[in-house]
Amino acid sequence: MEMFDLTLIWAFIIGFGIMMYVLMDGFDLGLGILYPFAPDEDARDVMMNSVAPVWDGNETWLVLGGAGLLGAFPLVYSVFLPALYIGVFLMLAGLIFRGVAFEFRFKSRRNRHWWNRAFCWGSAIAAFAQGAVVGAYIQGFDVENYAFAGGPFDWLTPFSVLTGLGLMAGYALLGATWLILKSEGHIQDWAYKITPMLLAIVLAVFGIISIWTPFVNPVVWERWFGHLQLIWIFPVLALLCAFTVYRSVQRRREGIPFVATIGIYVFTYLGLIVSKWPVIVPPDFTLWDAASAPESQLFLLIGVLFVIPIILTYTAWTYWVFRGKVRVGEGYH
Amino acid sequence: MELDPLVLSRIQFAFVVSFHAIFPVFTIGLASYIALLHGLFFKTNNPAWDRLSLFWTKVFAVVFGMGVVSGIVMSFQFGTNWSNFSQAASNFLGPVLSYEVVTAFFLEAAFLGVLLFGRGKVPQGVHLFAAIMVAVGTFISSFWILSASSWMHTPAGVELIDNRFHVISWMDAIFNPSFPYRFAHMAMASFLTGGFVVAGVSAWFLLKGRDPEANRRALSMCLWLLLFLAPAQAVVGDFHGINTLEYQPTKVAAMEGNWETSTNVPLLLFAIPDQEAQTNHFSIGIPNLASIILTHSPDGEVPGITEAAPDEQPPVIMVFWAFRVMVGIGLLMIAVALTGLVLRRKGRIYHNTLFLKSLIGMMAMPFIAVLAGWMVTETGRAPWLVYGMMTHAEGVTPSLTGPMALFSLIGYVLVYGVVFYAGIYYLTRVVRNGMLPEEERETTGENFKRPMRPLSATHTPFDDDVDPARS
Repeated sequence: MEMFDLTLIWAFIIGFGIMMYVLMDGFDLGLGILYPFAPDEDARDVMMNSVAPVWDGNETWLVLGGAGLLGAFPLVYSVFLPALYIGVFLMLAGLIFRGVAFEFRFKSRRNRHWWNRAFCWGSAIAAFAQGAVVGAYIQGFDVENYAFAGGPFDWLTPFSVLTGLGLMAGYALLGATWLILKSEGHIQDWAYKITPMLLAIVLAVFGIISIWTPFVNPVVWERWFGHLQLIWIFPVLALLCAFTVYRSVQRRREGIPFVATIGIYVFTYLGLIVSKWPVIVPPDFTLWDAASAPESQLFLLIGVLFVIPIILTYTAWTYWVFRGKVRVGEGYH
Repeated sequence: MELDPLVLSRIQFAFVVSFHAIFPVFTIGLASYIALLHGLFFKTNNPAWDRLSLFWTKVFAVVFGMGVVSGIVMSFQFGTNWSNFSQAASNFLGPVLSYEVVTAFFLEAAFLGVLLFGRGKVPQGVHLFAAIMVAVGTFISSFWILSASSWMHTPAGVELIDNRFHVISWMDAIFNPSFPYRFAHMAMASFLTGGFVVAGVSAWFLLKGRDPEANRRALSMCLWLLLFLAPAQAVVGDFHGINTLEYQPTKVAAMEGNWETSTNVPLLLFAIPDQEAQTNHFSIGIPNLASIILTHSPDGEVPGITEAAPDEQPPVIMVFWAFRVMVGIGLLMIAVALTGLVLRRKGRIYHNTLFLKSLIGMMAMPFIAVLAGWMVTETGRAPWLVYGMMTHAEGVTPSLTGPMALFSLIGYVLVYGVVFYAGIYYLTRVVRNGMLPEEERETTGENFKRPMRPLSATHTPFDDDVDPARS
């Protein structure tokens, strides 16, 4: 057992899970955010239909992440959740409403506009809350005796509001490029039209956050402007992806905008990780401080290593079955 | 009035977990019933079994979906409101609760889709296998949850070092002393719940004259099951009570309303326990019966609540009355099952309107009994969160304030209220639309080939106006 550092393995698993969640639930939350701006009800049908087969599988990763954190990094679980109490409640309420809206909107006609609203507001609130979590993580937490010791609104600062809005814009971008991939005709035209605008907003907000972060957090300053120059590769690659999104939209490519948007996320995420590594509950606690007992990590690892390949296979299969365009009034074939 | 975050957190947890529990309690029993229907159809090829399984699978899909939605909240509750407890108990609870999540997802990924949407698309044997696996999966899920819950009542296999539990023996911790009893009691409660709901709905269909062939079979089968299960549950409950007497004597004392340790304790039928005065008012009881039930001897000694200091006593009135509600409903269930037997001998169970109507009325009873039972066991543990090792006050999130807790409590009540209303409303439409020949069924009339999610297994519309495209 000494051969493996279970904490590192778990850091990789949880990190991978969060990434999967952000990318996969990201585009369906993004479609919810774009919902009120859609050109017509046909477009809304297509938008919802394009994610209906996969959305709850996407949220699988959130629940698995929550339970996995309790099992592997209990300090993260028991500090983040109390510190973000109000935000977590809003996120869960948002996710519940949109989950129900998914199922009942299609079965409903007279009440459809209510389910539309539930879908949009639920998505927007959940996305904002998740972005604010990132902001709160960058800012750090007031921890005493392995418990959060700050106030209920410590997490809500101009900085975390900005990260919240930033993630909303980012999810909307993912949603728009997903829609380019999955739709055609006037709906796809609309998606092509809004993508550059969203990209501009995302770049602006991410830019402000990137400049602001080192000032919020001296450790990050040291990381970026110290001797570790290789770190700059991540923002450069992220910008390259952003440029690719722009170019591919100009040339009306269908798949590349979505893939390149994923690239923006992956490199931003990696950049964030290397800024903070190995601190997981800032400012003081590292992954190893936050870990549960090795025997607990091992016990859980066995089950998770068994089930993750199955979930991945099932996920891949679902996306494969529901590949191709979603057409108005038609759904899947 | 000062807002106490501890009290509010307990109310919130009780509310959220009760609300969530309603769904799995039903789906666990129903999953086995569906598997049985599939098995019967496989063996006899009688289409009546197939019609029944088609209908109940739709109901299952809706209830399962609601269970998943309400369950998301549960995996965050421990952290938001009970962070000290989470931090302390994570070494055991983290893996155990995660295994529940893992099981549920594995189940959904592998077999639920086949069960819900595989009808006619996969060979009958494969469909039957999927149905059995879903039923087995629901039991594995409840295995983990009940293990975690039982461990908090009878902690074992752990050592407390620096305010953190460390697991010494996974076997001892998972199969802790109260687990087998709680698991058996709960599994049977799930079957009873499924049985009474199926019986009630079948009775309603029979009163409407809808598909009498299939619904008579369903009703008859259910009544045989209940005739066996309802009394057996009383026996299992008794064993569970004796186990509790050994490990949590104060809880049993509160259930009996017995303040002083004594012999020849009566079974109280009615009393108003007074925590301040540490006594009962207006008590009416049957002499010696509590001693006989708990120790199997009329002069057996039953521990008293006052063995625990006043600040280590549970709220007696809640435990006392919740226990009576549970047992009262249990006895009512036995009475209904026996009535069914009597009427069956005269061949009247399918026609006796009063009996059929009372079966419809009984549908809510098992849910009330289950929630009352959980109230007995959970409030009876107070003030302990992990019995004898950690109190509620020690486990609550230290940074939590009263207004925050009140905000989230009101929020969850509102959110769940809307979701529950929509879900139950929809479920009644599914039932009203059930067991009809194809041409009489209402459908959403969407020409979409809808993607496959649990709730998508039903095509009943949500509201009244028919799709203009079809009318």
